[in-house]
Amino acid sequence: MRGGVVNAFGFLKSDKRLLRAEPDFRPMARLLQVNWLYVLLVCLLAGVGYIALYSAGGGSAKPFAGPQMVRFGFGLVMMIAVALVSPRILRMVSVPIYLLSIALLGLVLRMGHVGKGAERWINLAGMQFQPSEFAKIGLVLMLATWFHRIGNERMGNPLRLVIPAILTLLPVVLVLKEPNLGTATIIGVIGATLFFAAGMRLWQIVLLVAPIPFLGKFIYGHLHDYQKARIDTFLHPEHDPLGAGYNIIQSKIALGSGGMWGEGYLHGSQGQLNFLPEKQTDFIFTMIGEEWGFAGGIAVIGLLMVLTLGATLIAIRSRNQFGRLLGLGIAMDFFLYCAVNLSMVMGAIPVGGVPLPLISYGGSAMLTMMFGFGLLMSAWVHRNERDPGFEDEDD
Amino acid sequence: MRSGRGVFTRRALVVMAVQAGVLGALGRRLYNIQTVEGDHLRQLAERNRTSKRLLAPARGTIHDRFGVALADNKVSWRALLMPEETTDIAAVIDRFSQIVPLDEHDHARIERDLKHVHKYVPVTLHEFLSWDDMARIELNAPSLPGVLVDVGSTRLYPFQDLTAHLVGYVAPPNEEDVAKDTTLSLPGMRVGRAGIEQTQEALLRGDPGSVEMEVNALGRVIGEIDRVEGQQGEDVRLTLDVGLQGKVLEYLGDRVASSVVMDCRNGEVLAMVSTPSFDPSLFDSGVSHAQWNEWANDPRTPLVDKAVSGLYPPGSTFKPAVALGALKAGAVTAQDRFNCPGYFDMGGVRFHCWNRWGHGMVNMRDALKYSCDVYFYEVARRCGMDPVKAVGNAMGLGVKLDIELPHVRSGVIPTPEWRQQHGFHWNGGDTVNAGIGQGFVQVTPLALATYVSRIASGRNVQPHLIRATNDQMSSLASLDAVPVVDVPKEHLDVIRGGMFAVVNEPHGSAPKARLDLPDVQMAGKTGSAQVRRVSRALRESGHFNSMNLPWEYRPHALFICFAPYDNPRYAVSVVVEHGNAGADEAAPLAKQIMMEALARDPANQPQPTGQTVAQKEPVQG
Repeated sequence: MRGGVVNAFGFLKSDKRLLRAEPDFRPMARLLQVNWLYVLLVCLLAGVGYIALYSAGGGSAKPFAGPQMVRFGFGLVMMIAVALVSPRILRMVSVPIYLLSIALLGLVLRMGHVGKGAERWINLAGMQFQPSEFAKIGLVLMLATWFHRIGNERMGNPLRLVIPAILTLLPVVLVLKEPNLGTATIIGVIGATLFFAAGMRLWQIVLLVAPIPFLGKFIYGHLHDYQKARIDTFLHPEHDPLGAGYNIIQSKIALGSGGMWGEGYLHGSQGQLNFLPEKQTDFIFTMIGEEWGFAGGIAVIGLLMVLTLGATLIAIRSRNQFGRLLGLGIAMDFFLYCAVNLSMVMGAIPVGGVPLPLISYGGSAMLTMMFGFGLLMSAWVHRNERDPGFEDEDD
Repeated sequence: MRSGRGVFTRRALVVMAVQAGVLGALGRRLYNIQTVEGDHLRQLAERNRTSKRLLAPARGTIHDRFGVALADNKVSWRALLMPEETTDIAAVIDRFSQIVPLDEHDHARIERDLKHVHKYVPVTLHEFLSWDDMARIELNAPSLPGVLVDVGSTRLYPFQDLTAHLVGYVAPPNEEDVAKDTTLSLPGMRVGRAGIEQTQEALLRGDPGSVEMEVNALGRVIGEIDRVEGQQGEDVRLTLDVGLQGKVLEYLGDRVASSVVMDCRNGEVLAMVSTPSFDPSLFDSGVSHAQWNEWANDPRTPLVDKAVSGLYPPGSTFKPAVALGALKAGAVTAQDRFNCPGYFDMGGVRFHCWNRWGHGMVNMRDALKYSCDVYFYEVARRCGMDPVKAVGNAMGLGVKLDIELPHVRSGVIPTPEWRQQHGFHWNGGDTVNAGIGQGFVQVTPLALATYVSRIASGRNVQPHLIRATNDQMSSLASLDAVPVVDVPKEHLDVIRGGMFAVVNEPHGSAPKARLDLPDVQMAGKTGSAQVRRVSRALRESGHFNSMNLPWEYRPHALFICFAPYDNPRYAVSVVVEHGNAGADEAAPLAKQIMMEALARDPANQPQPTGQTVAQKEPVQG
């Protein structure tokens, strides 16, 4: 058994051997390994974003679309650059990145810029920066590294899961304190998915899931009033049509007025007349749905689905646990962004500042997402690196 | 050995199924929203896109008989704050208050509004900005984000206190008004609260227009779709001559008094003054508590229009009515003479004449001329109150006069029945007292002017203030259509003759009212009405002089008159509260007023050559 032989060498040596064994791991060669089809799809999504922001700017690139494309340009370069970074290096930097993200979360609680009733932003060299976005990437890197190190075998030992659980809960709690319920939930779900995919035993899962209803009740009791209000307005938006329920109602009205084929580009009455709240950020999809109709909306959802499933497939294709978990983490990040944002604009879940990736206006989300795509692409480029100690044969 | 990759792949496929399922479900939901519920939501969208707003109609203006504006609309500015357009509301309000001072009341109101309205509804910072304030705000606009200046309309009263009682004032509608008429909730709508503004509310208000606008979610107007112009309120032209009004006010000076000048041919009120007055424009912006208390507690009652709401015992000005009643009832003839020894005894009570030495034998004309009390004690005793009341009512006393003002009081001519209705017994002495216009008799200055107009013209004139609405002349303005009053002409001639003697003959009671005109004479009647009974002891002490009394116990001074005597044109009534003696205080004022009225008469102005003014002959006989 080759696995056994490799195993005997220990994993550092094995890595070196593999690196030597694969001649096309020089930068230019690795550039060719980038999944350009996926990059094209990412660019397509950003293109949709440009078109939508152009309309949100009242038929002008001026306030939103132009700057957003500049950021996308930066992001694209960053994505390709990150894609070429070896997972070995990524594993080495994962702990510092994670710690940095936690530190930033702590910082934002201390001195954050208050926006929309929550301390979420900090100023980084003149740029508004949202550490909770960064924390997601940090957590994905951290957990992927951790689970990669312990391997599937040792997942059976519950004690091995205590530290990653703490690593997951730490950013969740910090983001919850900002308070940002939506992002905290997303971080928690990403962490849980990685636990699940890393091979957590089923009995452990049952044991963990069983107390959730009670926990939920406890958490609701500790929610901020505005968070409770969001849940209440979600359940009964008609009670306060001009207050918090306003956004949901306006969004649904705008979508409904789009109909099957839409009111035409730049002719959405609700969006263009500013009935849509935050149309360039959280409610950008509503604008698309109004102007392009169901046809346009479902096309965008289709594109988001292709990108989500593609990312998950990239994760599956990786031959090493790190790449797999990294890819799945990014795929979940992207997916959860999309799902939460779409549910929000369609009035399916309470409103909470979650943007639609690459389409909503905003630099912080755009750059962290592109960084994430870079990590995903790195997992793809280096998909054939094998787990050294825990070689799998069923490939 | 467990395969890490196998587990991952299986579980990742589960995750993919969840991802696909969730996105698929969202796609399905999108389909539902956009197509199934689409029609319903599209209707909501249409409603969202347009907003129908009512436009406050311009309030009709009020002018005097020559077209001088008495109540007009003036453009005003108010400062609004759009809370959503500013990040630091407190700082903006602070900076604003440095430009336009806001008092505590304003601050409290703004704070309350900010709490209660949604952030896309503008909050009024300051209602009535001066031009300077507005200019300063515009200049400082960059440091006042969210502050905008809105154009509105305020009511302007160019003559302020001069016409305050008459024209009235407007004030913002209260909740009761809005409940009755929801269009009053429009910003800028005002409701007439006094005077013509109140009684002609229906004419002046107009109908609101509407404008359908494309608005955004913030309520900001993007464009106008449709506009229906409202109907502006109708303009009202009064019978008033504001120039004469001003002169009358000037003559009355700082007395607490009231005077009415009437065209005795048709009842047009040319001047109607009540002093002291108040500034009506204060009501538009809201009267302060302190100001209101000051007005309400002032013993001179500045807010009350004494001309229509002030009730005074008419004193001797009532004597013509008593005389007419007695003549009509046949109780006396004009030639009957009675002896005046200076007192009159009845039922063990002695009633005094104002002249303690008596007037000797007097007939009706002399009694009016000297204003002999004893003669009228006797006449009243003979005829009783009922004929006096009947004739008095016919002459406009003790009845509700249908003038276009609120709070018009009718006054009283008392009869035994009236007294009984109030639960008291009528004494013979009450009749005697009423014979000289004392006791329970009460009249308003307007009623006195009406009364003397009817005596002068013999026509049943109705006092009125409105000459035309929207250039449509009032039917009351006509000189021909006025019916004759229900009193024989011979009786009126006796009264007129007596009133002529009062002013123009030697020993008449009001020589100070004689006009300084060669060929125009005035006829009048004095009145001094006691407000407090003079004790017998004091009267008999011989030292009684009402001028020594405190102001509020002095008699009211009254005078009624008309001129020219041979072709009556104007009737004037003057009441000076606690003016002591009608002949000394009220008569000279009435003379001044009458001189002014005659001088202002277009018929007495030099006419352009080739034109003659058609002279009507309104006077009966």
